[in-house]
Amino acid sequence: MLQHTVQTCIHSDTQLKYLLQLADNALILSHRNSQWCGHGPILEQDIALTNIALDQLGQARNLYQYAALLLTEKTGITTTEDQLAYLRDTGEFKNCLLAELPNGDWGQTVMRNFLISSYQFFLYQELQYSNDGQLKAIADKSIKEITYHVRWSADWVVRLGDGTAESHARMVQALELLWAYTGEMLEPCDYELPFIAKQSSFIKAAWEAKIAAVLAEANLIHPTNDWMQSGGKKGIHTEHFGYLLAEMQFLQRAYPGLEW
Amino acid sequence: MDQTANQLQDQFQQRIDLEQKIEPKDWMPEKYRQTLIRQISQHAHSEIIGMLPEGNWITRAPSLKRKAILLAKVQDEAGHGLYLYSAAETLGISRDEMYEQLHSGKAKYSSIFNYPTLSWADMGAIGWLVDGAAIMNQVPLCRTSFGPYARAMVRVCKEESFHQRQGFECLLQLSKGSEVQRQMCQDAINRWWWPSLMMFGPKDDESPNSKLSMQWKIKRFTNDELRQKFVDMIAEQIKLLNMVLPDPELTWNEQTKHYDYGAINWEEFKQVIQGNGPCNKERLEARKKAWADGAWVRDAAIAHATKQAKRKAAAQTYSAKETE
Repeated sequence: MLQHTVQTCIHSDTQLKYLLQLADNALILSHRNSQWCGHGPILEQDIALTNIALDQLGQARNLYQYAALLLTEKTGITTTEDQLAYLRDTGEFKNCLLAELPNGDWGQTVMRNFLISSYQFFLYQELQYSNDGQLKAIADKSIKEITYHVRWSADWVVRLGDGTAESHARMVQALELLWAYTGEMLEPCDYELPFIAKQSSFIKAAWEAKIAAVLAEANLIHPTNDWMQSGGKKGIHTEHFGYLLAEMQFLQRAYPGLEW
Repeated sequence: MDQTANQLQDQFQQRIDLEQKIEPKDWMPEKYRQTLIRQISQHAHSEIIGMLPEGNWITRAPSLKRKAILLAKVQDEAGHGLYLYSAAETLGISRDEMYEQLHSGKAKYSSIFNYPTLSWADMGAIGWLVDGAAIMNQVPLCRTSFGPYARAMVRVCKEESFHQRQGFECLLQLSKGSEVQRQMCQDAINRWWWPSLMMFGPKDDESPNSKLSMQWKIKRFTNDELRQKFVDMIAEQIKLLNMVLPDPELTWNEQTKHYDYGAINWEEFKQVIQGNGPCNKERLEARKKAWADGAWVRDAAIAHATKQAKRKAAAQTYSAKETE
């Protein structure tokens, strides 16, 4: 407990940014996945993807609540999970660009989930060894859910990549579009380094191996383009992101300070 | 009808009268089968179409807690649709056929979902009033004579009653909030009250399917009986919200020990059923679009499964030859 307190003091700003980045990724991906609810191609899969969106929302809430606690301790002003989700503007959100891109078709959605969930799997596996007890507990809970997200999305990537000519072509297109956004997840930025500096090269290698294996099984050619888009972690987002927040934050912005 | 058919019919009715459940492989009159297919599939379609008006607010829920509650609720409705389609399939119709009937307009769904959700308070009003009305209809269905339907309804009812409490709690929060929130709450109640009363269907003397359904114990209470129960319940609960129901004629009747209520606009009910409600076209178009957009996904899943089966068979043949 003492060690935890010391580390919190030393890294408070960095730690806060790090937690927000994890939370923002979970929330924004959940938001995109939730847009499918009621519109999925198969009833069972509509339920499955909504379940994943709910898991991700739960992860985001755990992380925001922890970040809010740290902020409250630091500033003496009560901060809540909702203030962090609903009252920050685009430049303050730290999620990767990949999480905020529009859903596209079902193929693009499952491909995005596969690329992000696979990264989260190896990342959270490491965070289970964090000396921050709270973060470790969140990772312990989340990893069980993420394990399923990887399995579900990988199954779909294979099914569609190795399905019909049309589904294969759509998956080629999805991979081509999304690939340029994957690098940002794998390269730690300044506020991530204190937490995963040692682990980042392992995470990257494990992620690459997992992606290569599933793409091979799906008959999809591994992209060679290595020019990567980035910016989300530093608050420089895509044009799509402002609309996402405008929609998500509408009630809190239109009627400030109310309890819902 | 020959003698054997008469005997079967009598035995069937005896079983119903003895409160025995009818199971899918049991003999049943064709009209019983068709009535159930119509009713269960309509119910399933209502769950699936019902996801849309509430789904409209998932991305705009005002807090993370409310977002989680709403998302889980809409997912529950998908789950209800799934149990109900499965229950209907035991009667010899496929899910694809039922979808086809929905998309072509042949099958109906609950008219209430043709009304728009215009504010956050609508999420509370739908939970409290629409799910509340649905429960009144559905609790007796837990004892309905067809086994698979009755068993599906046990689970559906548990979740629906949870939704109703969540809806009420959502409105309670608004009713304790700012003036704007209270207005939002009252406005939602005003818009959802009368359509909720229409959910019980036409008045008893104008309900074409009721008599036989009562005899077969598919239905156990009449439309008007259930509607009255609902009015009596809501007229009391609204007092806790400090809101009013939009009916100047709503009064407690000491003699009948029930609330009297004003006339329902049955012309509006008919128009909405006939496709002239505010959102009929959007709701059906959204479902047809989801189905059409998903065709390539379903085709691919089948193609992949077929390839996998062939590969497995080939591997087994190869391995058998190796063993020889």
